[in-house]
Amino acid sequence: MSASSTAEAPFVPKTKVGSFTNFVDERVGGSGILREFGRKVFPDHWSFMFGEVALYSFVILLMSGTFLTFFFDPSMAETHYQGSYTPLYNVEMSVAYNSSLNISFDVRGGLFMRQVHHWAALLFVASLGVHMLRVFFTGAFRKPREMNWVVGGVLLILAMAAGFTGYSLPDDLLSGNGLRIIDGVIKSIPVIGTYISFFLFGGEFPGTAIIGRLYVLHILLVPALILLMIVIHLFMVVVHKHTQYPGPGRNDGNVVGYPLGPVYAAKAGGFFFIVFGVLALMAAAFTINPIWNYGPYDPSPVSAGTQPDWYIGFVDGALRLMPGVINNFHFEWIVFGHTLTLNVLLPALVPAGIIFTVLFMYPWIERWVTKDNREHHVLDRPRNAPTRTAIGVAGFTWYCVMWAAAGSDLIATHFHVSLNDVTYWLRTLFFIGPIIAFIVTKRIALALQRKDREIALHGRETGRIVRLPHGEFIEVHAPLDEYKRYKLVGFESPAPLPAQPNEHGVVTRKEKRRAALSRWFFEDRVAPATPAELEAAHSHGHHEAIEAGDEQKSLSH
Amino acid sequence: MGNHSDGSPNHSGTVATAGQNEVEKFQDPGLPPHRLRLADTDPVAAKRAERQVAILFGTSVIGTLVFLVAYFAIDLGDDTTIATIRTQNLLLGLGTAFAMLGIGTGIVHWAKALMPDHEVSEERHAIRTEEDRQAAVRIVDDIVEETGIKRRPLIRNTLLGAVALAPLPALAIFGDLGPRPDKALAHTMWAPEGGKLKRLTRDPDGTPIKASDVTIGSAFHVIPEGLNELHEGKLNEKAKAVVLLMRLDPNSLNPSEGRESWSYNGIVAYSKICTHVGCPVALYEQQTHHLLCPCHQSTFDLTQECKVIFGPASRPLPQLPIAVDAEGYLVATSDFREPVGPSYWERDEHERLINS
Repeated sequence: MSASSTAEAPFVPKTKVGSFTNFVDERVGGSGILREFGRKVFPDHWSFMFGEVALYSFVILLMSGTFLTFFFDPSMAETHYQGSYTPLYNVEMSVAYNSSLNISFDVRGGLFMRQVHHWAALLFVASLGVHMLRVFFTGAFRKPREMNWVVGGVLLILAMAAGFTGYSLPDDLLSGNGLRIIDGVIKSIPVIGTYISFFLFGGEFPGTAIIGRLYVLHILLVPALILLMIVIHLFMVVVHKHTQYPGPGRNDGNVVGYPLGPVYAAKAGGFFFIVFGVLALMAAAFTINPIWNYGPYDPSPVSAGTQPDWYIGFVDGALRLMPGVINNFHFEWIVFGHTLTLNVLLPALVPAGIIFTVLFMYPWIERWVTKDNREHHVLDRPRNAPTRTAIGVAGFTWYCVMWAAAGSDLIATHFHVSLNDVTYWLRTLFFIGPIIAFIVTKRIALALQRKDREIALHGRETGRIVRLPHGEFIEVHAPLDEYKRYKLVGFESPAPLPAQPNEHGVVTRKEKRRAALSRWFFEDRVAPATPAELEAAHSHGHHEAIEAGDEQKSLSH
Repeated sequence: MGNHSDGSPNHSGTVATAGQNEVEKFQDPGLPPHRLRLADTDPVAAKRAERQVAILFGTSVIGTLVFLVAYFAIDLGDDTTIATIRTQNLLLGLGTAFAMLGIGTGIVHWAKALMPDHEVSEERHAIRTEEDRQAAVRIVDDIVEETGIKRRPLIRNTLLGAVALAPLPALAIFGDLGPRPDKALAHTMWAPEGGKLKRLTRDPDGTPIKASDVTIGSAFHVIPEGLNELHEGKLNEKAKAVVLLMRLDPNSLNPSEGRESWSYNGIVAYSKICTHVGCPVALYEQQTHHLLCPCHQSTFDLTQECKVIFGPASRPLPQLPIAVDAEGYLVATSDFREPVGPSYWERDEHERLINS
C-alpha cells in the first residue's frame, strides 16, 4: 500500500513499483481503500495506548506460540527424562513435561521463546484489563459503542481462557495442582458437576486426555475466537471512529487528531516494536514459570506459596476467603440425599458472576438511568462523572481485595503476620472495601471538580504575594487563556431526572426506581462554571481568589 | 489559599439542580493555535533529530547481530550447564530487545520530531442515515416477499422444527468424551484385595512402614502397596489414595464412637486430599497437631479427627482405619469409610453406599 502513492499515472505506470501497484489496484480497488483510510484522523492520547499494547501482545503471542508448537508434544504418556537438565535425569514424567523441558534446555532460543510467550500472555490480559478500565472511567462505552464494550468483555474472558489453558500445558507440578483445583470447583456444580469433570478429563482426574484437549483449545479454538473478536472490535472502531478527550475544538460532531499516514501509522507501528522490545527485555532478564524447579505433576506433593497466574488470582482469592464453617454452621449441605457444597460453589461463581454481569450490563444501566440516547464521542474526564468513577473504583477495589487474598499466605510470611488475621481482615475488606472506595472516590472526584471551577473562575496561583496599600497580603492569580479554561468548563453535569409519567399518564414503579437511581447518581454534583459566574468573579474585585470549596454548601442537594 | 476579605457569600457553589442546561455556557474557542517545534524552525535541530533517529536504527542492527552471535556461538552440547543456558537466554533476549526497541523508538522519534504534528479536524458522519434505513427495510420486505415464507407457514414451521432438532447429534456426538462417573469416586486402592490387607508404604519409593519406625511427632507421606506397580491409571489411583501418617501421644487423640480401633498406638492415617478442592494437604504443624493445605489454607485439627478449624473446607479429612499385621507393618483394615477429596453431587449417596 505504501508504495501506491507513486502510482500517479492512471493508465501507463512509469516505474516498476508503479506498474505492480497498478496491477493490484486494477484488480482489488486499493485506491478507494487508501483514499478512505490513508488520511483518516485518529485522536492521540497516552491512555489510548493500552488497547494497542493488548493487540501487539496478541500478535507476539501468535508468533512465539507458533514457534513453541513445533517442539511441544501434548501427550500424557509416561517417559523418562533424558535431556540435559541433570537434576531431573531419568525421572518419570509425561511426554508433555518432557518436551517443555526440552524446549527450555535443548532448543536454542527455546527458553527465550517460552518466556516471551508467558510474559506476553500476562501482559495481554493486563493491558486488556487496563484498557477496559480506561474505557469505563472515560465513559467511552456510551452510545454508539455499547456493543464494542461487550466485545471487549468477551475478549477479556477469552484472554483468561487462553491464559489458563496455556498455563496447564507443561504438566508440571504447579499447573497440575491448578488443574486439580479446577476439577474440585467443577465437581461442586450441582447435578452435572461430576459428569462435566469426567467428560473434561476423560475419566477420573488427572487421566491421560486433559493436556491434549487443552492444547487444542489453546492453540486453535480460543485464539481463533480471539482473532474473530479482535476483527469485530477493530471494525467497529473504524465505523465509530475513535473517541476523543474533551478540549477546545473537540465536540461530538468531529474528530481531532493526526492523520493515519504518516504520523499516526508511524507512532502506532513503531509502538509494536517497542512492546516487542520490552517483552524481549523481560524475557531476557526475568525468569517466569521455571517449570524445571517444580518437577513433573504428581498428585501427592505441593509447594507452599504457590500462585496462579495473576488474572486467575481473584477467583483463587475468593476461594480462600470463603469460610467453610462459621461457628457450627457448615456451608456444605445435604439436599434430598445430594451434596451441595456452597463453600466452593459460591466463591467460584458468585463474585466473578457479579463482576462480569455488571460489566456487561453497565452501558445499558447508565443509559436507562440517564435516558440519554445521544451519541457520545467526547470522553468524560473521570472527575466529571463522580458516581460512575466511584462505582468503577469500588468494583476495582473489590477485585483487588480478592486478588490480594490469592496471596494471603505470602502476605503473612513476608510481613510476619498471622495468616488467620490476614484472612479475617481481607474478609472484612471484601464487604466494606468497595463501600469505602466508593465514598472516598466520589468525594475526591467532587473535590477535583470544585478545584477546576476555582481555577476556571479565578485563574491559577502564581505564587506571587502582593502587599496591598492597606497592608493586606494577597496572592496574585493569573487568569487562564480561553483554551485552557474551556477544558475545565466544557463538560456536562447531568442533574437528577425526576420520574416521568408514561403515555397513559402513569408513573410506573420501574420509572420510580429509575428516578431514585438517577437521584443517587447525580444528586451530588458540581456544575461547570458559566460565563456569568466568571463575570461575577471578576467584578468582585481585585482579587481573584475566592474561597473555593465551601464544602457541602457548594453541592446542591 | 483563599481570600476572605471579599466577604461576599458563597460564589463557588454550584447552580442549583435543574435548569442548568439553560444557563449560558462558555463558547468553544476552537482548536488552539499550532505551536511549532524546534525542529520545524531550526535546521540544526532537525538535523540533530535526524541523526538521533539514524542512531536508534543503528542500535537495532547491533541488537540483531548480538542475537545471531549468541545463537550460533554459544553451543548447547550434551554437557550444557544452567549457567550457559541463562547466558544464552540473556543475550538472545537483549539482542531481540535492542533490535526491536531500536526500530520502535526510532520510528516514534521520527514521527514526533520530524513528521508534521498539525492536528486536523474531521467531521463525523451519521452511522446510519434515515435514507439507508428505509432502503434496507424495502429490501428486507422484498426478500421476505420473494421467499413467500409468510404465505407458506407449512414450509416455515417444518424448517424451524428441522433446524431446532439438527444440533442434537452435534451434542450427542460428544457423549464419549469421558466414561460415566458411576461409583468410581467412592473407592480407592486401599480396599483389601482377596482378603489381603494393603500395607502402608512410603511415597514415592513404596517401601512398607513398620509401626515401630513411626516415632511420636513424625509424619510420613504414604501410598498404598502396589501403587507403583500399576501400569495404567497410576496417577488416577494416587490422586485418591495418598495418605498422611502421623504419630501423636495417644492421649491427645479423641476418637469418636466406632473409630477407637482405627488408630494404632497413637498412629493415625488421614487422606491427604483436601476436602475443599483437592489440593494435597501437605503441611503438618507438629507442635499444634494441625494439618494445613497450602493452596487455600484450610486447617484441620488432628486431635479432633481432622475437624476444620480454619479456612474454606467444610468437611474433616477422611480417616483411614489402620492396624498392624503379623510382621509389624502398618496395614489399612479397610478402604476409607467415605469418598475422599472435594465434594460432588453424588457424594452423600456414595457415602451411604460405602457404609451400607
